[in-house]
Amino acid sequence: MQHEAGAPFGAIRIGRIGWTLISLSTLLALWAIAAAIVQSRYLPDPLTVVEVMAREWQNGDLWRNIVATLIRVFFSFTIAIFVGSAIGLLLGRHPLADRFFDPWVSFFLNLPALVIIILCYIWFGLTEVAAVLAVAINKIPNVAVTMREGARSLSKDLIEMAQIYRFGWWKTLRHVTVPQLAPFFIAASRTGLSLVWKIVLVVEAFGRSDGVGYQLNIAFQLFDVPMILAYSLAFIAVVQLIELALLQPMIARTNRWRR
Amino acid sequence: MSSVLNVPTLQVNVARKVFPAVAGRAANHVLDAILFDVEAGSFVAITGPSGGGKSTLLNIIAGLDSAFDGDIRFSDPNLNVAFVFQSPRLLPWRTVRENIALVLPPNDPRHANIDELLGRVGLADAVHAYPEMISLGMQRRAALARAFILEPDILLMDEPFVSLDDPTAQGLRQLLMELWSRRPTTVLFVTHDRQEAVMLASRVICLAGTPASVVQDEAVALTSGERVDRDKVRAEQNRIFGTA
Repeated sequence: MQHEAGAPFGAIRIGRIGWTLISLSTLLALWAIAAAIVQSRYLPDPLTVVEVMAREWQNGDLWRNIVATLIRVFFSFTIAIFVGSAIGLLLGRHPLADRFFDPWVSFFLNLPALVIIILCYIWFGLTEVAAVLAVAINKIPNVAVTMREGARSLSKDLIEMAQIYRFGWWKTLRHVTVPQLAPFFIAASRTGLSLVWKIVLVVEAFGRSDGVGYQLNIAFQLFDVPMILAYSLAFIAVVQLIELALLQPMIARTNRWRR
Repeated sequence: MSSVLNVPTLQVNVARKVFPAVAGRAANHVLDAILFDVEAGSFVAITGPSGGGKSTLLNIIAGLDSAFDGDIRFSDPNLNVAFVFQSPRLLPWRTVRENIALVLPPNDPRHANIDELLGRVGLADAVHAYPEMISLGMQRRAALARAFILEPDILLMDEPFVSLDDPTAQGLRQLLMELWSRRPTTVLFVTHDRQEAVMLASRVICLAGTPASVVQDEAVALTSGERVDRDKVRAEQNRIFGTA
C-alpha cells in the first residue's frame, strides 16, 4: 500500500531534482560571469564565497550562529503556531467572538514587523524573551486567519456521525477535527516558517549578540559582501533542508488518503 | 421481564417542529402531531414526498435535533443506536477498516467480527482502501457494516440507497435484508421510494401535507419469499397506496 502510493510521486521527484540542479547551476554560472566582468570586491565570485563559508565553518562561527538562529526560529514558530491556532479555532467556531475580534486581527496583520520589533525591545529590553516574542507576535495573526478558515469549513455531517456513534471528545478531536484542520495547519506552518526566519534575522540584527542576523549586521558595517553571501547561502540551505526533511514528508503523510 | 417486552422500543411524539426564520426566509413549520410507537424487532419504513420532513423526523428521533415540541422515548436510555446516513459519511482520512473499528470502544470483543462482516458485505478486498478510492456503492456497504458492527438495538436509515444505479441499489437492499435476518433489530427506514418501502418493511408509515403529518400507517403483508418477487411487491404497493 505504502509502496503503491509512493511510486508515482517518486518518478516526478527525480525529474524535479534534475530541473532544480540545471536551474541552480545556470544561476551560479551567471553569477561567476558577472563577477568576472565587474571585478569588484562588492561582487565576489562564487569560489571566494565558498572559501569564506569554509573558513567560518572551521572556526565554528557559522555553525554557532546558525544554531542560535534556529533555536529562536523554533521557539517563536512554536509559540506562534499554538497561540495562532487557538485564536483561529476560537474565532472560526464562535461568530460573536469573530465579529468582535476581527478588527483586532486586521490591525495586527497590518502592523509592520519593524514596529513590533522596536516596541518589544523598548518595552521588554534587549532580551531573548523580547526577541522571540516579537517574531511570534508578527506571525500569530497569519496563523489565526488560516486556522479560522479551517475551523469554519469543519463538516457538520461528520460531527453528527461522531455524535451518533458516541465518539466522545477525544476521539472526535483526533479522528474527525484534527484531520480536517491538517491542510490549514500545514499551510500555516509553511508560510510560517518562511516568514519567521526572515523576521528572526531582523530581530537579531537589532538587538542580539549572536545569530545569522547579528553576523550579517556586522558584515554590513564592514561592507563585507563575501561574508554576507556566505551566511545567507548557508542559512538558505539549512531552511531548505528543514522544508524537505520535515515539512514535505508531513504533507505527503496527511495527503495519502486523497484520490 | 415480561412487562419490559411489552413496552415499545420507541415512542415518537413530535407535536410540532418549526425551523425558525433566517435571513429573509420565512419560518417553516415542517412537522405536526406525529405520534406513533415502534415495536421491538419491527422494520418500519417512513415514506412521503421529497422535502416533506422525513429526514427532519429521523434527525429528531436520533437526537441530532432537539429543537421541537414533544418527546422521543426509548424503552431503555442506553439502547445502542446506529444511523446510516444519506451520504456514507465515512472519514476520508481513515481506511475502510479503521472507519468500522472507530465506532467500537478500544477493547471491545466485537473488534474480532470486523473482518468477517467486511467479507459478508463484499469489501474483503477493500479493507485497507481509503473511502475516496472506492465506488459510492462500496462506500455505502462500508456504512452498512459500520452500523451493523455495533449490533444496534435500533437502526435508523435515511435514504441509504439513493443515487445508486438500480442493480447496485437492489444488491444493497438484498444485503440489508440478509444482515437484518441474521441479526434482527428494530429499523426505521426513511425513503421516498414506495416500492423500496414495501419491499423491505413490515410496516409503512406515510407522511404528507404541509406541515407533514401521518396520513397512512399500514402493515405490509408479504412473506420474506414474496419480497424478492417484483410482481408481488408491486401488487402489495398498489393495495397500500392505490394504483395512482
